[in-house]
Amino acid sequence: MFKTIFKQVRQYKTAAILTPIWTAAEVVMGVLIPYVTASIIDKGINAGSMPDVYRYGIYMLLMALLSLMFGILAGRFAAYSSTGIAANLREAMYRNIQRFSFSDIDKYSTAGLVTRMTTDVANVQNAIQMLLRVSFRAPLNLISSVVMCFFINAKLSIIFIVAITILATMLTLIIKRASKLFQEIFKKYDNLNAVVQENVSAIRVVKAFVREHHELGKLDRAALSLYKLNVSAEAIMALNGPIMNIVVYGSIISLSWFGAHYIVEGTLTTGQLTSLFSYVMMVLQALMMLSMIFVQLTMSSASVKRIAQVIEEEPDMDNPESPITEVEDGSIEFEHVYFSYKKGGDYALEDINLKIESGQTIGIIGGTGSGKSTLGSLVCRLYDVSRGKVKVAGVDVKRYDLTALRNQVAVVLQNNTLFSGTIIDNLRWGKEDATEEECRQACIAACADEFISSLPNGYHTKVEQGGANFSGGQKQRLCIARALLKRPKILILDDSTSAVDTATDGKIRKTFKVEMQETTKIIISHRISSICHADKIVVMEDGLIKGFDTHDNLLAGNEIYKDIYNMQTSGGQGDFDEIT
Amino acid sequence: MSDRRGNLKISTVARLFKLILQKNKWKIAVVLLCILVSTLATLASTLFTKTLLDEYVVPMLKSGLRDYSPIAAALFRLGVVLGIGVIASYSYNLLTVYISQGTLKALRHSLFEHMEKLPLSYFDSRSHGDIMSVYTNDVDTLRQVIGQTIPRLFQSVVTVVSTFVSMLVLSIPLSLVSVIMAVIMFFTTRYLGKLSKKHFKKRQQMLGTVNGYIEEMVSGQRVIKVYCHENKTTEEFSILNNQLRQSVYNANKIGNIVMPVNGNIGNLGYVLIATVGAAVALSSLSGFFFCGLNGSALTLGALVAFLTLHKNFTRPVSQISNEINSIVMAVAGADRVYELLDQKAEENEGSVTLHKEGDGKWNWRTKDGRSVPLKGEVSLSDVDFSYVKGKQILYDINLTAYPGQKIAFVGGTGAGKTTITNLINRFYEIQEGRITYDGFNIREIEKNSLRQSLGIVLQETHLFTGSVFDNIRYGRLDATEADCIKAAKLVLADSFIRRLPNGYHTIISADGGNLSHGEKQLLSIARAAVAAPPVLILDEATSSIDTRTEKLIQSGMDSLMQGRTTFVIAHRLSTILNADYIMVMDKGRIIERGKHHELLALRGKYYELFTGNQIIS
Repeated sequence: MFKTIFKQVRQYKTAAILTPIWTAAEVVMGVLIPYVTASIIDKGINAGSMPDVYRYGIYMLLMALLSLMFGILAGRFAAYSSTGIAANLREAMYRNIQRFSFSDIDKYSTAGLVTRMTTDVANVQNAIQMLLRVSFRAPLNLISSVVMCFFINAKLSIIFIVAITILATMLTLIIKRASKLFQEIFKKYDNLNAVVQENVSAIRVVKAFVREHHELGKLDRAALSLYKLNVSAEAIMALNGPIMNIVVYGSIISLSWFGAHYIVEGTLTTGQLTSLFSYVMMVLQALMMLSMIFVQLTMSSASVKRIAQVIEEEPDMDNPESPITEVEDGSIEFEHVYFSYKKGGDYALEDINLKIESGQTIGIIGGTGSGKSTLGSLVCRLYDVSRGKVKVAGVDVKRYDLTALRNQVAVVLQNNTLFSGTIIDNLRWGKEDATEEECRQACIAACADEFISSLPNGYHTKVEQGGANFSGGQKQRLCIARALLKRPKILILDDSTSAVDTATDGKIRKTFKVEMQETTKIIISHRISSICHADKIVVMEDGLIKGFDTHDNLLAGNEIYKDIYNMQTSGGQGDFDEIT
Repeated sequence: MSDRRGNLKISTVARLFKLILQKNKWKIAVVLLCILVSTLATLASTLFTKTLLDEYVVPMLKSGLRDYSPIAAALFRLGVVLGIGVIASYSYNLLTVYISQGTLKALRHSLFEHMEKLPLSYFDSRSHGDIMSVYTNDVDTLRQVIGQTIPRLFQSVVTVVSTFVSMLVLSIPLSLVSVIMAVIMFFTTRYLGKLSKKHFKKRQQMLGTVNGYIEEMVSGQRVIKVYCHENKTTEEFSILNNQLRQSVYNANKIGNIVMPVNGNIGNLGYVLIATVGAAVALSSLSGFFFCGLNGSALTLGALVAFLTLHKNFTRPVSQISNEINSIVMAVAGADRVYELLDQKAEENEGSVTLHKEGDGKWNWRTKDGRSVPLKGEVSLSDVDFSYVKGKQILYDINLTAYPGQKIAFVGGTGAGKTTITNLINRFYEIQEGRITYDGFNIREIEKNSLRQSLGIVLQETHLFTGSVFDNIRYGRLDATEADCIKAAKLVLADSFIRRLPNGYHTIISADGGNLSHGEKQLLSIARAAVAAPPVLILDEATSSIDTRTEKLIQSGMDSLMQGRTTFVIAHRLSTILNADYIMVMDKGRIIERGKHHELLALRGKYYELFTGNQIIS
């Protein structure tokens, strides 16, 4: 898990290594200063020698300046490497997300991915910075203080050893207990957030059913269990301060007792005693810092785990070796295709056999969950089949270069998205170097030109995120135009005219027929009027093909088709599609 | 409250203190006392160095006597004082936990309680992420302030004051040196803070930009794949990501300097005091001018003790200056918390209440005790409405639904269909006109009663984490399992529920992720069915259910609507065909009304809509 993080250090390795070195230098200076202080007191003040006071004063001044310099360097390098590693982590995640197949995308929620790339990375960045600056400082402080102590008075350093052992044991016990609780606390936080989140997004339901009180009860339960856990975790953490106090005070008392003896006996100077007092504080602060690091690490380890999960996610679809980059024509063939979204799950498609010739128009109709969208998404290999083969131009789709395949097989998805930018920017997703004229042609074919030209800025009108400033029908037409710019060999429209009124829908279909004769067109819809003019129609139900024939033949012999047809036409049971 | 320039507004700080004080007066008094005691204990341990050297060690050295018992006695006394200090320190640490966690719990409760009272416009006018972040980020920064910053600040103040007094006692001029160093430290930190503010602002901006980019791209990930745009977006992201890195680096770089700078200013002060102190102690100057408040000259022990005191004095000063930033941030968080708490709650001035009698009949009860049976007659007269001032949505709506009638609305997006239903249950308040329910102006009806009498099924289904039973029961909390199953059977949800891993006990996760949209709609219809409200509002309730299934549940829907006044919004003809009245809406007005065949005969908009779909026939 932490390996993933180490791998992302990359170009920041030097900075990451230098940071602790600067820190070490800073620590050495910091540790030497009390030693010099002892000299000021002993050789200067006690000996009554003003020149010595000045001499050691200047030494100390120089050390303070050096320590300042090293401190600033350490701070800069720590900031540089931690922010750099954070940027690398974000980029590594983003790159890997780009490699995700559709089934990988299904595993994560958008919000989850965004949190990983923002909050979690920020957590890790803080932890790294702290680790680089403090985790070396603390042990170094500890060791060098003890070493200095040993130099001053070997016997008194035993007090240090005892104090360190006691404190270290206590702190470890505290952290162990607390970190377990903290992990649970994170879960409780999630619960609490889930209650609020659900409530906010379902506020209409809550209010309509007058369930405000019921919801408040849910929140109070979540908040109470969080409270209880937090109190018990923090009550343990509250022991930190007093324990540290006990050890410090204990050391001071014993240092005073033994120190007084040694001074009177003449084996210790007063100056040395004061520096020992300083070292006690240093040692204990170092230990406190260490305990803080552990807490921080346990808190950020959850983030590390979540980040590593995304970076390590092995996309379940890869380009084949020596891929085919040319798609010859638009013919499609399904051979005994089985497909399920989850391994070992129920089949969403079962034993699909289809043969579609290049240039044909094929309609696919069926109820919700019948598998019509799934069928379409297998053609451009958005998902891999579980069993069987899907062939385009006679070649298994798995043997094509993915980019080549998807450039030739254009899909207009059911949940299509426009991106912020101008209309032209969005259209050029289909063809990067498309001229404005090309874009216009595509829009004319998709019946989008009329509304675009009526906009004050025409093709340079800004599109807000998700295309929020366009109506459903307008968005769909823009998405179709975007797909047309690819000049694909196969065009799949997955319910992509559902918000377009029927007349326009018909017009679009007519242009397709005239202008895109070479292109195989697959139209997936629940609306009879959208598909009845197709060369052939696939009727689907529960993941099975229940008919594959022309409109007339199906009407004559296919019960399901007849049913749908009757429902949507006779007796006026049509659709009031939105006309905007 | 704090504005963008990072200035504190006293009112927010005051409210924050009031909130903490409210239920914790005694605890806080004890905490303050304990902090005082423990700080003084620490001070005693520092000052003991001086006592040890001046009163015991030096005399012993001079006299040559080897009697350690006075030291032992002094150390014992010190031990007792320190022991009390430790107890005090544990007490205030523990109490602070209870105070901060208790305050947070209370705060979460009142936040949520108040949020539940807010009108729908509050939720519609801001992103859910923003509301969520009040509960997560903002409350969390408060936790830090209440649990850590405030006690630490108080401790720092006590330390600074008590140390300063001790320093004065030892030596006035040296104290002056200390104070000057502390002031330099304070201003350096302020200066660095100012320097970094610009960078922090830039950093926040970049964070926002990158967050936005990630969110947009990740939610459009499927489209990126289909258009093979992976490399292009990675390039774009790299550029943004690098800009973000640079701005975070710039901000943190300065932030990281604060600690070493302050630490070494402290060291400089140390050198200065040592030199000056030594010079004074050695010279004959140690007269009146260099003495402390105790009147005695600077002794060796005093100087040594003073050096430690100086460290104790400057540390909290740098700590306070360091924490000013976190306080500004926390107050900004508190601001957002109070912004939510200060939102005006929904008006609920009505006094007519709804009661379900023993025989299952519903009755209205007025303030003066009059009981009127609920009939379900809803009438709108001359209703105008706009969500935002100046952008009128509904014009002059007049209609009456008599008990048991089915009223359908058809029309394009933005015609105002859903808005009308939002007005009937008072999700929004009308600006002009009158809506009555069984003759009562809906403003006279107590809001909860009004809403209880209206069952709503929305196009956007919302389910809650919990079992299928829990979700159906949401309609009526005291519904038995049999009631729930009956409702599910009525709308043909029973068969798919039984196919779920644990049937009716299957836990539905975050907003029904494991169900199809159609299944979710069936569940929310079942939820409305179990509530069995007198009046129904169906807003595209079956839009995601395929036509075949819809036909199958038609009878269930019919029996659900049987005898109930129903408002239906639908784009499928089958749903509205048998309505008593069909309202054709366009741009906020009812342009045609009547039964299906009447409207067809009109040859107007309805005819156009209807025949527009009939390309085949």
